[in-house]
Amino acid sequence: MSQLASTPGTTRQSLSLRLARWRRTPVFYPLIGFIVVFIAMAVINDNFLTSSNMVNLARQASIIAIIAAGMSLAILTGGIDLSVGPVMALSGTVMAGLMVAGVPPVLAIVLGLLVGAAFGAFNGVFVAFAGMPPIIVTLATMGIARGLGLIYTGGYPISGLPQEFAFFGRGSLAGIEMPILIMIGVYAIGYVLLSHTATGRYLYAIGGNEEATRLSGIRVSRYKLLVYTLSGTTAAIAGLILTSRLMSGQPNAGVGFELDAIAAVVLGGAAITGGRGMILGTLVGALLLGVLNNGLNLMGVSPYLQNVIKGLIILLAIYISRKRTP
Amino acid sequence: MTPLLSLRHISKSFPGVKALQDVSLDVHAGEVHALLGENGAGKSTLMKILCGIYRQDEGDIIIDGKTCDFHGYQDALNAGVGIIFQEFSLIPDLDAVDNIFLGRELRNRLGLRDRPGMIREAQRLFDRLKVSIPMDCPIAELSVADQQFIEIAKALSLDARILVLDEPTATLTPSEADHLFTIMRELREQQVGMVFISHHMEEIFTICDRVTVMRDGEKVDDCDIVSTTPDDLIEKMVGRRVENIFPEHRCDADYHDVVLDIEALRLDTNGPEHSLKLHRGEILGFAGLVGSGRTELAMGLIGATRPAHAKVSMEGKPVKLRHPATALKLGIGLLPESRKTQGLILPFSCRDNISLNNLTQFQGALPLIRRGQESRTAAELMASVRVKAPSPETPVGDLSGGNQQKVVIARWLGHQCKVLIFDEPTRGIDVGAKSEIYALMKELTAQGVSIIMISSELPEVLGLCDRAAVFYHGRIAAELQGEDLNSQSIMHHATGGLSS
Repeated sequence: MSQLASTPGTTRQSLSLRLARWRRTPVFYPLIGFIVVFIAMAVINDNFLTSSNMVNLARQASIIAIIAAGMSLAILTGGIDLSVGPVMALSGTVMAGLMVAGVPPVLAIVLGLLVGAAFGAFNGVFVAFAGMPPIIVTLATMGIARGLGLIYTGGYPISGLPQEFAFFGRGSLAGIEMPILIMIGVYAIGYVLLSHTATGRYLYAIGGNEEATRLSGIRVSRYKLLVYTLSGTTAAIAGLILTSRLMSGQPNAGVGFELDAIAAVVLGGAAITGGRGMILGTLVGALLLGVLNNGLNLMGVSPYLQNVIKGLIILLAIYISRKRTP
Repeated sequence: MTPLLSLRHISKSFPGVKALQDVSLDVHAGEVHALLGENGAGKSTLMKILCGIYRQDEGDIIIDGKTCDFHGYQDALNAGVGIIFQEFSLIPDLDAVDNIFLGRELRNRLGLRDRPGMIREAQRLFDRLKVSIPMDCPIAELSVADQQFIEIAKALSLDARILVLDEPTATLTPSEADHLFTIMRELREQQVGMVFISHHMEEIFTICDRVTVMRDGEKVDDCDIVSTTPDDLIEKMVGRRVENIFPEHRCDADYHDVVLDIEALRLDTNGPEHSLKLHRGEILGFAGLVGSGRTELAMGLIGATRPAHAKVSMEGKPVKLRHPATALKLGIGLLPESRKTQGLILPFSCRDNISLNNLTQFQGALPLIRRGQESRTAAELMASVRVKAPSPETPVGDLSGGNQQKVVIARWLGHQCKVLIFDEPTRGIDVGAKSEIYALMKELTAQGVSIIMISSELPEVLGLCDRAAVFYHGRIAAELQGEDLNSQSIMHHATGGLSS
């Protein structure tokens, strides 16, 4: 928006034309919604717009945001990944377990991320090659991942992690906290992938019309496999941050995260039926959820009521964007 | 006599487009009224206004002398307007009876569904149409024609006195179409007024009483069918005289050069074995009735369905048919039968649709798409097939059928394809665009591309193909060439040698 307003010398007509084009992008209404809620929170709450609270908010939102990035890809292709929460917990506990067993942190992290990727690929094989509906496949593997995490840990958190591991959840680089930096990195990669590569275009095409995409010579199955592998990977990255922040591997972490991630994607303007959406929209959606969580907490609203308010706002936001977008 | 239906001075604009400009149309009871015009002429918009789906900006809809104000489809139904859309609005998993009474089921004294009553009522409707249709199987298992008859029965059960048939024959075989005409004559006797949309002149002259011609959103003319000729109508429709819609016949085939040699191909383990040769620069027709196995073979040829057994070579080298991607690499492309469900990504722009399987050629050292290059190439391809669209960024869903088909063609021109399979390339496309697509196909063969054209329209096969394979019940019944390639022999083989 500010970019539009500040362009010097544009005539009114071209401005309205560009505004019209802007309005057609899936991020337009999510962005408006975000700004409105953000301003509302800032007005209601004196402590909201402080720099420490802003950093706090971004850090809190980062885990859901990162998971939602992978979820965006699945939803874009007309699928969904319900297994992200348990996969996040499984990857995190594997990292923790390996480090406690004496494996160097870097290697433990890589292996933990691989566990997430492998689990995502496992989903992908069933979706892409067995042609099973993603919602069923990932519902089943959601239970499997949770169970494996509990078996691996015996149901107890794994603590006693090496101090340097705290860097990913609590450290910062160039003045920016690591969770925020990682989130920015994930979205930068996601943006380039979706908007500037052939692979990204294929994902939109698959969501738009899978059969036409296949008949025109695109190996749809491979790209679906890739999508679920990436979704598993982003869940594992979220697991890395969470484990590092808590300095323990929590087998029960991430309950309900898949729903927050789906909400972020849909709030970000993506069509749940696939083919339409933008990764930056998802980031806006995740931050919007973050603003709500943070703002309602600051206002001292009871957690029970928070759930109701959040749900209503999601309904309202999606109702408006449905009405407005063609 | 007051007309049953009178559309008076209808105008309608969409953002940026004047879709209809002062169009009037009268339909009398017991009249079949043809509505003729190229795609994009405004026929569909006019019919959608009649059915309450769109609202006119100006003008009146008058039924039986009463001005109607439609706020939705339901209002039109209540006023006695029924429409048979090109895409059926039936539920495939329900049977005929349940489909006809969907949403207004008859009930017995207990308030439960009165199935026997509904069956009786459905039978009465079918008797009225003089058709016999199984009532207790899901309609997905019935023929397209039967489904259409069910649609008509449903409209009649709603007391429709005005029936709009939007290209009803597009998916019917000739004998099914004849059956439909019998039904339409029956309804004419019963004083139903019908609006019939079709691109087939011979059908219009067979069944219609009057005709209204539209062009660019305006009414060009209306007259009695007996006082006009097909050439006259086509001229009014396209605004110029189309002497011959087929390019001058010229054989580009080199019969010494076999491009695609199907030595033995079985789609199913127990299915029939096909063998066929395609020569360089040839247009080979796949003729036959709908459902005779032509599309299935084409799908097998590009590996979209994996054949059970295949011994196929391309330019002398044996090839494996695993996936459309393999076919793409070999230079075999398919332009599918259904543009909207199999050909196009509807939410995509023209550019994105065209570059869909060409994207890798716009990559540099990094696997990133060079947007500028992509847009330029798409624009060039669009120009080369004469797509009429405001810009390459226009959503492909906004284009007319003919232009959508050209977009699909443009996609394949981005590759140096050796074999292109056109599956019903001109279905639902107006005469002008048809003629352009034929010319394009001839341009391709002149460049040495070999074409397989699946077509249910005999004039198309006869006018364009150098050779034709006639399908009957999943096998190739005959290969016809030269003198033998005529409508009698095609129909003879397509119907299993039963006719003639």
